[in-house]
Amino acid sequence: MGIRLDGVSVSYGGTTVLDSLDLTVQPGEFTALLGPSGSGKTTALRAVAGFVRPDSGRVFLGGSDVTDLPPHRRGIGMVVQSYALFPHMRVDQNVAFGLRARGVPRREVRTRVGEALELTGMAEYARRRPRELSGGQQQRVAISRALAVRPRVLLLDEPLSALDARLRTEMTTELARLHRDMPDLTVLHVTHDQGEALTLADRVALLDRARLREYDTPRNLYDRPRTAFAAGFVGSANLLPARLDRGNVRFCGLDVDASDTLPSGTSDGDDLRVCLRPHRLTLGPSEHTVRGRVTDLNWRGSTHRVTADVDGHSLTAEVPGTAEIPDLGTTVEIGFTRRDLVVVPAGEEP
Amino acid sequence: MTALAPHPAPRVPAPRRPSEGQAPPRRGLPAWVWAVPPVLALAAVVIYPLGAVVAESFTGPDGAATTAHYAEVLATERFRDALTTTVLVAVCATVGCLVLGLGLALVIAFVPFPGSRAAGRLVDTYLSFPSFLITLALLFLYGTVGVANGLWTGLTGADTGPFDFMSTPWGVILAEITFFTPFVLRPLLAAFSRLDTAQLEIASSLGARGGRIVRSVILPEAFPALVAGGALVLVLSLNEFAIVLFTGAKDVVTLPMLVYTAAILEADYTTACVVATVNAALSVCLYLLYRTATARLRGSGSGPQKGGRRAGA
Repeated sequence: MGIRLDGVSVSYGGTTVLDSLDLTVQPGEFTALLGPSGSGKTTALRAVAGFVRPDSGRVFLGGSDVTDLPPHRRGIGMVVQSYALFPHMRVDQNVAFGLRARGVPRREVRTRVGEALELTGMAEYARRRPRELSGGQQQRVAISRALAVRPRVLLLDEPLSALDARLRTEMTTELARLHRDMPDLTVLHVTHDQGEALTLADRVALLDRARLREYDTPRNLYDRPRTAFAAGFVGSANLLPARLDRGNVRFCGLDVDASDTLPSGTSDGDDLRVCLRPHRLTLGPSEHTVRGRVTDLNWRGSTHRVTADVDGHSLTAEVPGTAEIPDLGTTVEIGFTRRDLVVVPAGEEP
Repeated sequence: MTALAPHPAPRVPAPRRPSEGQAPPRRGLPAWVWAVPPVLALAAVVIYPLGAVVAESFTGPDGAATTAHYAEVLATERFRDALTTTVLVAVCATVGCLVLGLGLALVIAFVPFPGSRAAGRLVDTYLSFPSFLITLALLFLYGTVGVANGLWTGLTGADTGPFDFMSTPWGVILAEITFFTPFVLRPLLAAFSRLDTAQLEIASSLGARGGRIVRSVILPEAFPALVAGGALVLVLSLNEFAIVLFTGAKDVVTLPMLVYTAAILEADYTTACVVATVNAALSVCLYLLYRTATARLRGSGSGPQKGGRRAGA
């Protein structure tokens, strides 16, 4: 079952928190709503769940208009950051809650609770209370509870944000496996963690300041962003001011033929931004080389981040930890090829 | 590159606790001496008068200890009626407070309406009102010459209005419900404010309607508060005197009213002391029951939960 938001706008007390959102999630697709705090991603999810009534626009689930339906009639499953397990119920009672609310026969409830707990590896904890479980285990129970009702759509509202880094990685893998095991399940996942979005999602909807900025595959968002915001928000990026001059992109004293990456509708004299990913840059000369003074050095275990001032602009290169690192204040050459460069229109940056 | 070498841990002196006796010994009075004045004050103001009442109830005409007064007073119909009335009024008032308090708390905490915050504040203010004021207000409204009957007689031309219950047990129960409901409402609002709203949303997304959410999610979480509020109201209404006196319900004789009648109107101090001791024992038993119940509930409680909290209540 797919999800469609048709021009959905939501405002609170005169402040627009979601502005005319058009979004289509195909059946069985895993879509991440990614964006900084206050971008409107949780509001969009809550509009799908039925907890927020749009000021305008319609919400469709599987082709049916559900805008006026209350949450309990939408056939969704939901997992939230705080787990929201019912503390007075055991794990199995938590998982059975939705089934009982939907009037599933008692015998079937037992079977389906067992299946849902097996799915997340929590079957052996069925008789425990939520307070006797770790954060990761509680989140697994919350996922079991949402899946037990066999929802048409699974909504995940920052489900991993309360977990520590190791558990988050573990649960990200777990969510990816669950989606592989249930390819028909449509998932809408709100996150501000781009790593989660890039790992899990088939497509990422990038929101900022209540508006949808880009909606594309994670690969395209990372490799071929169409806006300065997407270039800067998804993965780390050097965004350098540039100008189109007789078909070439001029920046940092370079004149590069980037005709194949130029945004459509660009004409001579337009202000642009050149996006260079730090890990694509090398220390030393290459097809294109700029020179700058080293202003910052950061050791990050497997890599070094070397930041240099190039023509008054900060340029960061991420090089292997084994590379020879220049000293602070020295002049360094930073190189890249034409294929490393993406040109986007000048606009709002994160 | 900076060489990475293990640094010796800095030697930080461990904080010294006062109990370790490192501080220089202070000269002065031993600690127990400071406990004497408050204990003496407590004995003079609370323990001695209470003890005197209990002692009087067990003292015979010859000064010897006896339970004869109890056998005599407890056997009277007047006492048994008063005990029955007291328990009935207290139980009815408690049930009424629980029902009304729960309903009001659910609306104030979970139904968004303009002024819900102000309603919460009003509850706090209401708790500070004296009980006779509420009774007076109810008499002003529903008394035989009150506003409601005045409107009725004005509209219909009848000699008397239909409202004539303030001097019956129902009037006392109404007044006690009106006065004591905030004592249930306050702990319930506090319990609801600690409830993670995400739990309600998740329950709804799983297919549960309002009734099931209240029954299965909200009430179990609020149960300790409900028990605490109910027990408090039960104890308070057992001992309530001013409301019964102000309603002017001559036929509603509760234990506190019986104490008043025996001691002040009949100058029968022994009977008054016996009834007062029974009343006090009843209250203490209920209080112990309440403490045991809340301790057990706390022991099996859910503990604090992560997530959003209701801010309004």
